[in-house]
Amino acid sequence: MRKHLITVDDLSKSEFMSILEQGKAFKEILTRPIKKIPTLRGKTIGLLFFEPSTRTKLSFELAAKRMSADIVNFTASSSSLKKDESIKDTVMTLDAMKIDIYVVRHSSPGVPYIVADHIRGSVINAGDGAHSHPTQAILDVYTIWERFGTLKGLNITIVGDIKYSRVVRSDIDAFLKLGAHVTICTPRTLLPFSVSSLGVKVNFSVKEAIKNADVIMGLRMQKERQDSGLIPDEVEYNHFFGLKEEILGSLNPKVLVMHPGPINRGIEIDGEVADSEFSVINEQVTNGLATRMSIFYHLVEA
Amino acid sequence: MKEKARIMSKEDIFRSLKRIAHEIIEFNHGVEGLAILGIRRRGVPLGKVIKEFIDKTENSDVPFGIIDITLYRDDLSTLSSKPKVNSTEIDFDLNNKLVILVDDVLYTGRTTRAALDEIMDYGRPRSIQTAVLIDRGHRELPIMANFAGKVIPTKKTEVIEVKTEETDGRWEVLIVEKEKK
Repeated sequence: MRKHLITVDDLSKSEFMSILEQGKAFKEILTRPIKKIPTLRGKTIGLLFFEPSTRTKLSFELAAKRMSADIVNFTASSSSLKKDESIKDTVMTLDAMKIDIYVVRHSSPGVPYIVADHIRGSVINAGDGAHSHPTQAILDVYTIWERFGTLKGLNITIVGDIKYSRVVRSDIDAFLKLGAHVTICTPRTLLPFSVSSLGVKVNFSVKEAIKNADVIMGLRMQKERQDSGLIPDEVEYNHFFGLKEEILGSLNPKVLVMHPGPINRGIEIDGEVADSEFSVINEQVTNGLATRMSIFYHLVEA
Repeated sequence: MKEKARIMSKEDIFRSLKRIAHEIIEFNHGVEGLAILGIRRRGVPLGKVIKEFIDKTENSDVPFGIIDITLYRDDLSTLSSKPKVNSTEIDFDLNNKLVILVDDVLYTGRTTRAALDEIMDYGRPRSIQTAVLIDRGHRELPIMANFAGKVIPTKKTEVIEVKTEETDGRWEVLIVEKEKK
C-alpha cells in the first residue's frame, strides 16, 4: 500500500509509535564508524523544495544518503517553474523518472496533496505554508519520548510566535495524540483565530505558563511580524515573551528546553537558556536525522 | 505447524553450548582478542550462555554485543510487510577482534551474510567465526558453521524451532512440519 505523510493525522498512533521505537535503531547507526546502511539501495528519493530551506533539506538529504538511496534535487529557483511550468507538469515529468519517495516543501498549504495526486510514489511533507510540518513534529516527539519514555500526562508549554507556525500546528496535533497537555504562550496579536479548536490552554505570562512544565519549547519570532505591527519591537518582545536567563533558576532539573531552529538569540530565547544544561536543541537535530531515516523505512514501498 | 520431534532438551542444549565454548577457546588458543556477537533474537541468549561458559573456564570477561540484521536483509523488497528494526548494541571496538557470531539455526546463510556486512561497517575484525546451535543444511551462499551444536539434515518443508528461556520461557529444540495450504 502506498502511504503518504502530509499531516500528523496520516499516522495512526501505532504507526507513530513504531516510527519512534525503530528510530532508536537508526540513531545507533549515526554513532558507527561507517554511518551507512544498504536498506534503500536502488530506491530514489526526490527532494522538491519549491521554497528555500537549509536544515530540513540537509537533514532529509543526509537521511537518504545514510540509507544508500539515490537522490535527485529539484530547486524551484533554477527550474522550469521559472518558465511557468505548472506544479502538475513538473511533478509528472519527475514521476516519469520513477521516483519512490517525494519530499515536498512549498510556501502554499496543500501543495503536497497536489503532488500526491499526480505521482505513483509516496509524498512526505517537509513543510507547506502555515499548514503542516509532520517530520518536525515527529522529531520533537522523539526527543521528548526518548527522555521521558512517554508523552502521556506531560505538560508541554510552547512559547512564541504561534500564529503562522506550521511547526506548532503539527507539534500540537502530535503531542495531543500521544496524551500530553499543551499550553501555549504568545502575545494576543499572534494568537491564531482558531485557537479554541486546538485543544490547548492559553496563558499570556511566560512565568505562569512554564511553572509546571516538563517541556518548554521556544518558537522562532518571524522578524517580518514587527513590520506588520503585530509586535512593538524585538526588545519588548524579548522582555515579555522571551525565554530569559532568569527562568533557569526556577526550572526542575528534568525540564527540557527545545526549539525547532533557527534560533534568534536574545529575541525569543536568550543564549544562556539555549546553551544551558536543559537545552536539547542540538539533540533535536540529531534526532531529526534518525527519525527521518525511520520515516523513509516506514514509507518506502517494497 | 505440526510438531514432529523434540530433538534437544535444555540439558542437551547446554551440553552443546559448553562444548562449543571449549572449542572456541581451543581453536583461538585462549580468549585474547575474543568478542561475541549474538544475532537477534535467539542468537542473543545462546551467545550469552556461550560467553558464560567461556568466562567461567578462562576466568575472563569476553566483550558481548547484540546485532540486528534487519536493515541489511536482501529480501526487504520482496516482503509484504516490513520487519521491525531493533537496535544493534556493540559498545566495544571491533577492530582486530576475533569475532564469534552466534545464531540459533544456520540455514540458507543469508542472515550470516547480512551480519557479516553489518560487522564490516563497525571496523575490521581479525577474523569472524560462526557458532550455531543447529546447522540444518540447504545453504544458498558459500557460508559455513565453524562451531555447530548439531548438524541435522532437514526437508525444506520442515522448520527448526529453537526455544530459549529469554524469548520463549523454556529451552528446547523442535522440528515442526509446515501445514500444507
